[in-house]
Parts: sequence; C-alpha cells; structure tokens
Amino acid sequence: MTLDLSLLPDGGVGWLDASGRFSDIVLSTRIRLARNVEGYAFTGRARDGERLRVLAQVREAVGSIGALRESVMYRLDELPPTSRALLHERHLVSKELAGLDEQHPLRTGAAVFLADGLGVMVNEEDHLRLQALRSGFALQEAFAAIDKLDRDLGARVPYSFHGEFGFLTACPTNVGTGLRGSVLIHLPGLVLTKEIGKVLASLQQMGLTYRGLYGEGSEVVGNFFQISNQTTLGRSEEELLDQLLRVVGHVVEREAEARRVLLRDAGYIIEDKLWRAYGTLRYARSLTFDEAMNYLSGVRLAVGLKLISSLSVYTLNKLLIFSQAAHLAFAEGRALTESETNLARARYVRKALEGEAGSVG
Amino acid sequence: MLCDSCHERDAVVHLTTIENNAVHQLHLCERCAAERGVETTVATPKHPLGEFLHDVHQQVATSRGGAAEGLRCSFCNTTMADFRATGRWGCARCYTNFEVGIRELLRRVQGSHRHVGRPYSPPMSEELERASVLGELKERLRRAIESEQFELAADLRDRIRVME
Repeated sequence: MTLDLSLLPDGGVGWLDASGRFSDIVLSTRIRLARNVEGYAFTGRARDGERLRVLAQVREAVGSIGALRESVMYRLDELPPTSRALLHERHLVSKELAGLDEQHPLRTGAAVFLADGLGVMVNEEDHLRLQALRSGFALQEAFAAIDKLDRDLGARVPYSFHGEFGFLTACPTNVGTGLRGSVLIHLPGLVLTKEIGKVLASLQQMGLTYRGLYGEGSEVVGNFFQISNQTTLGRSEEELLDQLLRVVGHVVEREAEARRVLLRDAGYIIEDKLWRAYGTLRYARSLTFDEAMNYLSGVRLAVGLKLISSLSVYTLNKLLIFSQAAHLAFAEGRALTESETNLARARYVRKALEGEAGSVG
Repeated sequence: MLCDSCHERDAVVHLTTIENNAVHQLHLCERCAAERGVETTVATPKHPLGEFLHDVHQQVATSRGGAAEGLRCSFCNTTMADFRATGRWGCARCYTNFEVGIRELLRRVQGSHRHVGRPYSPPMSEELERASVLGELKERLRRAIESEQFELAADLRDRIRVME
C-alpha cells in the first residue's frame, strides 16, 4: 500500500492557509483529547489482537459520524517508512504512531482517520487521540469541533472513565480531561530582544508549558514554539482553554510590541539581517533543515514587519512543511542521501521564492 | 567542571563545534556563554513526569512500600515496578487497583486528583438496552391488562413477541 495524499480533501494541510486570526504570528491551533476504549488493556500493554479489535470497533463507529463519514483511513502498520514520515511531517500523526520514534516501534493496528481539520489516531499511546487543527489562533473553533466529535464517538464507543479521576489515560499527565490545547507560535521578536527567557519562565508559572515544532521532546528551531496547558486535571475544559487563550493572547501582544521596538531602535540592523536571510534562501545551493528553518524565520519576520511585501504567509507556511526530508524525497520520487536532501531543499526553496519574487526589494 | 573561559564558575553550557573536520568541546558558565552569544534561554523544560516518577520511587521506598511493590493489576498484570520503568499504566483497572497511591501522586503532579471537566457515561450496550426496553414493555403490558385496555395489551404483546 502506498500513500495517496490526494485522497485527503485539502492534502491534510488546510491549516497552513494563514486564514486564521494573527496568522503572521500564530501558525496553527491544535486541540487533542486522549481517550481509551473500555474493556482492553491500554495500547502499550495490549496484544496485537486487542489493538485490531479496538481499530475495528472505532472503524465501525466512524461510519455513522457525520464529521468523519468522508474521512480517509490510513493503516500506518501497512505503510512504508517514507509514507509514514510524510504524514508525520504534515503534523497529521505523531512520531510514536508513525513508528519513527526509536523507543516505540510501529504497532500492529496503528491507524489514523483524517477529515477536514479533524483526525483520530488509533493505537497511539492511548487507544484514541482525537485532534482538531485550525489555521491561526482559533482555540474556541477547534474546541467546538473536537468536543462534538468526542461526544459523537463516545456515544458509540465506550470510553474508560472514572468518577473521580475522569477520562483514564496511559500516562498520568493526561488523565482527567485528556485535553491538550497547543498553539504553534512564531516569536522571533522576543528572541531577538532577549525577552523570551522571561516570557517562557512566566508560562510555567501560569500552568503552561512549551515545546518545539513537533511536540514533546522536539527542539525549538526557527523560533517556533508550541505553547500548551501543562495539567489536564482539576480544571474544566473551558477553564483550561480560557487560561491558554488569555496567556497566548498576552504573548502575541508582547511579540508585536517587541517587533515594534526592534524596528524603532534597530531598524537598519534588523532590515539588513532579514534581507540577508532572504538572500541566502533565494540563492543558496545547499540548505540543512535547521538553516532553512532559521532563515525562513527571518523572512517570516520580514513579511510580518512589511519589509517584504510580495511574499505571502501561506507560501512561507508551505515551505515549512514541503522543505522537510520526507517531502523532498516524495517530490523527487526516490530516497535521498543527506547531502542530496540539502541540495533538493535549496532547489525547492529557490523555486518557491522565485515564483513569488515579483517586486521584492 | 569549571568554565573553560573564566576558570571560576561551574560550566553549565557544553558547546560542540566542528572546525576543519575536528570536533572541539567547550564548557562554559552561563555568563561566559552569554558573552559569546551562545543562547541558553531556550532549554527544554523539565518534564513533569520525571519528578512524578521520582515521587513514586520515594513513596514505594518508604511507608506502604512493601505492599505496593508486590501489588499487581488484576486485569493487565502491571506492577508498580512496571509503572516506574515506563511511566505508563497498563489499563483502566490500574487506576482502581493502585487508587490510593495514584490519588496522592496526581495531587502532586497535576495539583489535583478530582476531575471537574465534563462528565461521561458510556453508551449502553445493545443487550442492556434491549433488556431495558423489554422490561418497560412488559411493565406496560401488566398495567394495560390491569386496567382492562385489551387493545393496547394486544399491541404490546405483539411488540414483545417480536423483540423476544
């Protein structure tokens, strides 16, 4: 079985379209709910047969749920590693579900249902990881969608629930609501003005945490941070999201302020730095992933500051996804060595920027 | 380890650089690192589970230690030692079997042990639902006969026959 991404309504990357609120600072909003199906051991402890039964049960329920009736299902356990990496790079499945995480080999029964802005991972660390993904800063919209899906699915598949502890999960840090809201945010202004340390420290005091571009355990590259709630118990879904909404709203303001300060106090230095980033992306012949991310961060800031006007945020968002290794290999139609990947990346970025060059400068 | 630059403070930043195909390691204190423009603020935050597992370890080592250590989940066979090794429970039943310890640990790691989010009741299984509908029909049939509503009773009897 090979991967046919054209089956997905929007290639699974509708969230890149930069249509949401504050889309020059906030890339996307994701909410996920962790659920387990009653009657089986959790995924890590379950036998192959149990995981397959969980999948069959969910598959049957999905057929009668409006939001998922048109969904596409991929069996990760039947896909080659390159296709699994592709889904992971599109943020549609976790590293663990894709079997790309050394600690967690690919599991029998690992699957994902994908519909417009919604997904259900089956046999991840928990039996079910429901997620809603939206462009820009859109916590309420994402929650409305995921809550509806959760109620529909929970009415057809019995979840493990405990009167005192709430929804039960394999990891105790997810128990209760099972809800993790995360906002993928670009903070170059706070990094450049060296305010970022203070902002990140205050997040932790507010019960929030941050991670890199790919969630738990991933490094921060290109000044992209995922801010999310730390705890899942003792507060309602609405309270958890309200807190996230307030704090991220504040971080967005701080970032906008930092950008104003940069332009005011160091205008030409910043302008020079950002144009150099653009120049490198436009003409480099080989780019590592980290390099590309860092220069793209600079160009994204330049677009946000209106120093570069002919580039769209949408193009920059696409570059983040399509300049990754598995996507480049997919586009070239073959496996690439590391140096070939760097060459292909530079070529891809060059072409994309040429396409929109127009009146740049 | 002392800072390679000032030789006074403890080194907290370990920098690996590659120059002319040779790997160099530089160990710097926070201040010297900052002077050289090495970003130190963007460290990965400590995972709450690390602390959590440490707590479990302590708890097992002290008071109820012996008993908790020997406890085994009756559904999935997970033990406290398994949990310590993986940080994951094996099944929903573990939450009942290790309830006392879990309550205390959730208080520490989540700041609470009480779910106040949305309540949930699982869907009734078809069997249960059928039984409850059937029970209701039989009750209505009994009342219909008592009140001499024979047409209704005949109708109810037909519906019960279909379901049975």
